[in-house]
Parts: sequence; C-alpha cells; structure tokens
Amino acid sequence: MKASERMKIQRAAMPECPPDERAKHFREVNLGLPPDLASLESKRCLACKNHECVAGCPVGIDIPGFIAAVDQGDLERAANLLYAANVLPGITGRVCPQETQCEELCLVGKKGKPVAIGYLERYVADWARNNLTRTVQLAPATGKTVAVVGSGPAGLTCAGELAKLGYDVTVFEALHRPGGVLVYGIPEFRLPKAIVDQEVKTLQDMGVKIECNVVIGATLTLADLLKEEGFGAVFVANGAGLPVFQNIPGENLKGVYSANEYLTRVNLMSAYLGAKADTPVLRGQGVVVVGGGNTAMDAVRTARRLGADPAVLVYRRSEKEMPARVEEVHHAKEEGVRFEMLTNPVAVLGDEAGWVRAVRCQRMGLGEPDASGRRKPVPIEGSEFDVPCQVFIEAVGTKSNPLLTQATPGLNLNKWGNIIADENGMTSIPGVFAGGDIVRGGATVILAMGDGKKAAVGIHNYLNKTASA
Amino acid sequence: MFRILKSEWLAPKVRRFEVEAPRVASRHRPGHFVIVRAYSGGERIPLTIADSDSKRGSITLVVQVIGATTERMCLLKADDALSDVVGPLGKATEIENFGHVVLVGGGVGTAVIYPQASALKAKGNRVTAVMGGRSKPYVILEEELKKLCDAVYPCTDDGSYGYNGFVTGKLGELIADPALPVNAVITAGPVPMMKAIANVTREKKILTIASLNPVMVDGTGMCGGCRVTVGGKNLFACVDGPEFNAHEVDFASLTDRLTAYREHERAVWDKLKDDNDHQCKLQAAMAEDRAQ
Repeated sequence: MKASERMKIQRAAMPECPPDERAKHFREVNLGLPPDLASLESKRCLACKNHECVAGCPVGIDIPGFIAAVDQGDLERAANLLYAANVLPGITGRVCPQETQCEELCLVGKKGKPVAIGYLERYVADWARNNLTRTVQLAPATGKTVAVVGSGPAGLTCAGELAKLGYDVTVFEALHRPGGVLVYGIPEFRLPKAIVDQEVKTLQDMGVKIECNVVIGATLTLADLLKEEGFGAVFVANGAGLPVFQNIPGENLKGVYSANEYLTRVNLMSAYLGAKADTPVLRGQGVVVVGGGNTAMDAVRTARRLGADPAVLVYRRSEKEMPARVEEVHHAKEEGVRFEMLTNPVAVLGDEAGWVRAVRCQRMGLGEPDASGRRKPVPIEGSEFDVPCQVFIEAVGTKSNPLLTQATPGLNLNKWGNIIADENGMTSIPGVFAGGDIVRGGATVILAMGDGKKAAVGIHNYLNKTASA
Repeated sequence: MFRILKSEWLAPKVRRFEVEAPRVASRHRPGHFVIVRAYSGGERIPLTIADSDSKRGSITLVVQVIGATTERMCLLKADDALSDVVGPLGKATEIENFGHVVLVGGGVGTAVIYPQASALKAKGNRVTAVMGGRSKPYVILEEELKKLCDAVYPCTDDGSYGYNGFVTGKLGELIADPALPVNAVITAGPVPMMKAIANVTREKKILTIASLNPVMVDGTGMCGGCRVTVGGKNLFACVDGPEFNAHEVDFASLTDRLTAYREHERAVWDKLKDDNDHQCKLQAAMAEDRAQ
C-alpha cells in the first residue's frame, strides 16, 4: 500500500459503552478495537524512517515493528515485540497518556490525527492474553536474588525485566493484594482488576514471587533484605504515599475524603457493592472533588457511578492546564460531571451533627505565569459561593511516605522527602535502587514503568560488576 | 494466611488469639498495631498487638465483638487462619524512666497497656495498672498484670469487683496521694474514658499519653482516613501515632468521626443475622463462653 493511500484512512474511533449507561456501572468504558478496525488502523502507520514515536515511549517499545506485524496479521509476533519492551502492555494500552508521548511525536499526526498506537497496543495485549500461553523468553537462571519493594507499575515492570534476565525476584507488597495503584487507585471502568491479576499472573508464571502483607520499613527493613534475607540488590518502588490535604477549615467533617481513601474503599475494598461489602463508603447526593489530575477524574467519575447528582469537579486553573489525560476529561463530561474551572475550595461547611453540607468555593482569575510556566491563579475577592454536597474529596497530590525512608539511615532524600536516584536508578546506598513515585513525587504509570525498566538494567549491571569484582 | 495457634474467650464477647506471624513478632515493640483482614472480602481493621513471642513466632491479639467483622473473627478457632496480618505498624511507645507510671486500660484497652507494663518495668519505673470493666467478668488480664506491676487496681462500674466506680475515680485517688507522686499516665480504651482521663491529669500537668483508635483502611499513611487533630494540627494516627499527648487531642472530633459509618455497620451486622450457618456457630461459641 502506498503512503498516500495509508494517509487517506481515518483514525479508528474507540468503541465505548454509551455515557448514560456506563455512568450507572463500573464496567470498562473503552471496549477495545474489533479485529477489522485494528487491522485498518495498523495500515495508517507509514513506517517512517525516524520513527520518533519510539523516543516518546518511556519503555522504548518497537512501535513501528509491532504495528507492521498487526498489519501483516501476525499477532503473535506483534505480542512478542510488545512483551520484549513492556511486560504490562494490557495495562499501558489502557492508562498511558499517549497523546503526550508516542502519539504526540507520530509523523502522521503532523498533518492529521496520529496513529492510534495506544488502541493497537491494547488490541495486541488483549489478543495475547486470550490466545497465547507464554510470550516471554527467559534467560538462564543467574542464581542471584533481587527484592522489589512495592507491586505497583514500577515494581512489577522491574520484576518482569529482571525475571527475563534470569534473576530470582521477590516482590514485597504492603497491601493484601498485588498491583499497588493499579488496584487501589485506578477504577475498574478504566482498568479492570482482572487485567491486572492476569498481568501479575504472567509475572508469577515467569518465576516472580509476590509476598503480600509485608511493609518494608516496618515488617522488614532494607538492611534486613540485603543482610538477613540475602538479596543481591533491592528496587524500592513503594509509591507516593501520604495524601495532601488543602488545610482548609472543616476537613475533619464526616464526608471529607482524600482521593486515596475514597478510591481505595471503592476499588480495593469493593465498597461500590454497598451493603454487600464489609467496607463502607459514604455516597451522598452531591459530591465535590477538587483537583485536575487523573486521580481527580477517577474520583469524580467514581462518585458519579455511585449515584452523585451533581458530581462536581473544581479546579483552580482553567481546563487547558489540567494535568489529566484528555480522554478522561472528555469521558467525565460525557458522563455528566459538572466542571467548575478557575474555582478553589476555601472551606468545608458542616451541619450540627458534623456531616458535610457544602463546600465554600472562590472564583479565580489567571495572573502572570508562575514557575511551572502556567498562568498563576489568583483569588477574586468577594466571589465566594457554596456548592451543596455531602461528600468532598481532595485530589490535590501526595507527598512521600516516610515509613521506609525514615527507617533507612544513609538513604539520601531531596527536600520533599523523595529518594534521590542516579541515572541508573541507584540510590546513595550501594545495591539499593529506586523508581516511580517515591522518586518522582506524583507521576504516571508509564513513567514509573520506565523507571522500573531502567533500574532493572542498572541492577543487572551492578550485580554483574559485583560478581566480577 | 496467618494460622491461629490459640483462640479463647477472655471476657464476655472478648476473645484472645495467638497468631503465627514471625516477622511481625520479631519486630514488635509496645504500642505497635497490626492491620488484620480476618477473612477474604473482609474489612481491614487495626488491632493493637497485645503480646508477642519471637521464639514461637507469634503475636497475641485481643478482640471485642463490636460489629459484623469482629463477630465473624471471634468465631475463628485454633488452626483456623486470618487472611491477612500486616505490621508492626505505628510508632512504638516511648519507653523512658518516668518514675511512677500509671497505666489505665478500659475494657479491651487493657490489652494495649499490657506490653507497655513489661517494657516500663524493665526501664526501672514503678508501674501501677488500673483496669476498668462494666462488671467483674469484663476486667481482663488481671493475673498477667499482677506479675509485672507494682500495684494493680481492677475497677468495675457496678462495683461487683475491685474499686467501685470508673477508672477516673481510681486515678484521681492515685494522683492525690503525696506519698507516691504520679509522673506519667498512659491510657487506652473507649474514647470517652480517655477524654475523661486527660481531664483528670490536665490540671496537675501530668504527662498523659492516649492510644487512639480512629477508623483506618491501609494503616501505612496512604489513605489519611485516620487523621486526628492533635495540638491544632491534623496528624495521621497510623504513622504519626497511634499514641499522642492526650492533653492535645481533640477527642470531640475523634468521637464524631468514629460514628461516620454507623449506618453501614448496622446494616452489615443485621444481614449477618439472616446467615444461619453463622448464627449456628455463634450460638455454639456463646455456649462455650458461658461454660468457661
């Protein structure tokens, strides 16, 4: 097929569950491309010389290669190419912000819409999950052991990459179920738990061991892992941790949640099942969520599914400054979430019995650009107004969890309490590597995975060097 | 899964478990707690570690039936298992040589002060224990505490045993005794009791530490559901506590926040009343309790 013909093909639209239907349940919104659409979409790739898309991928997937395999109908080869670079394609195909990574650099996108790389990745991963038993080649066992702290995206990726290199890997998870933010944070309608479970099982089939209910820094220390437990190296990926509250009056009223708590109750603890679940969550007619990131979108869309009317999102900047994925914002609006931009909560108001009854908000204007290059929101005096609600959820970021870092002398931290890691992912303690949100502060699944992959290489080199020394 | 080595009634609707958890046992210090998910699909609940034996690789938990989760947990017997046990969590009690320390436990709170008694004694303190209960059968761990403490005062609300009245009354007597000045008080139990204890010691400015029991989910700082106001600041009980200076704790807010899920808790417990298998086991367990 000639390039001009390829460029005439329209970008595939992702089939979705209709908004009015999906706002009532937790099943997945995006249904995945059917084979004919996927095949057609794969033909849009021009296999251009510079393949800049690969540079935009934090885990360096051979994007033109796997898309060409889809075009040729060889899905097994496509899957093998994906798995060679990314042990969790079913997850990244669903939650990556492709529009600011691979797809942003796609040549086809310079003139029209970029190739739907994310949709194709998901298509291949889902096909592989249903049709292939084992897609990963393992190197011969090295006889060396590595501990991974945390089973979120960074930890799982690092574990998978090390297993491929022949290491004996044990992942320690603090919660009772592996997956980290993929199971406690990201809701079912965006990333079904069954997908996470299956990706975890793939790793276990590769020989990765996962031990739940172990908090490194409490149950065992890093020193224990290196000495008593005899691990050759450790990768720390225990996540961002503590939720930030805005420190406004009324935050201890009943009905105020951090997004972490709200989402954990609903996702990990299944509180969406209502009285059928042991763990409760407060619902309320009106729900207000503050924040502009993916977590805020997840919280407000969850609230909508639990019956909130109105479900209101307030954000102090304007919509174009929102860090959330474009698709999440679009989906939230379709589902009937009310957006109040340039608005900031200043107090939570309660009734006599201590329940939330409203959130007092203030309108913001945009001033001069701040350090982030975005125009700084400035309060407009006298613009206060109350939004009646029974539940108020704060999704304004997290700060580093001190549990592990405080229990680890000699581990260098930055001024925010995040672990400092070098270009190989190694920390100030030899043999201890770190990545994901504990290094970056709050970031994305794919950046965490990129860190996990980089650290796996770093650990591989480190263990080779210590062996030959 | 965490095997239960021993399971017995300690008081009406209060059960003591010895649970196999070697890693937790080897790191446990007084004041630590664990998060337990008793069964698959269950809630995650915080329970203070009442004792540990690093040789046996076990920890002791004392649980009172206060809802569906604890009622189901209290039907578990030796050789059954808890789905999940994670810890030790929280900051350990700061064990110093205070001089004379009075430990005040109310109901199952007495299980919290028990490991503290031993550690405080080892530091050279004079240790007095005051344990409250509704009536005689509800006073727990008296024999165990007698072995560790210099003086032990069981108290009952109905006067059926020991001191006739609330633990606050007994504490008031102790701090009024010029012969044995009290240098520190550590308390654990129902929130109204801890609040009252703080009020007893406030005027004399006696250092008073309370072990708080807010609602928790993960227990590692991730959710922030356990935030409590201490000295005007919001702190997380799971990582900053669970022990705080009682004179600075906003007990009114803590009390109120503990009621947030009452409706749901009642609904889940009511549903359990229709579960025949559960009710059958419950009847048998209660009969066993009466026989003891």
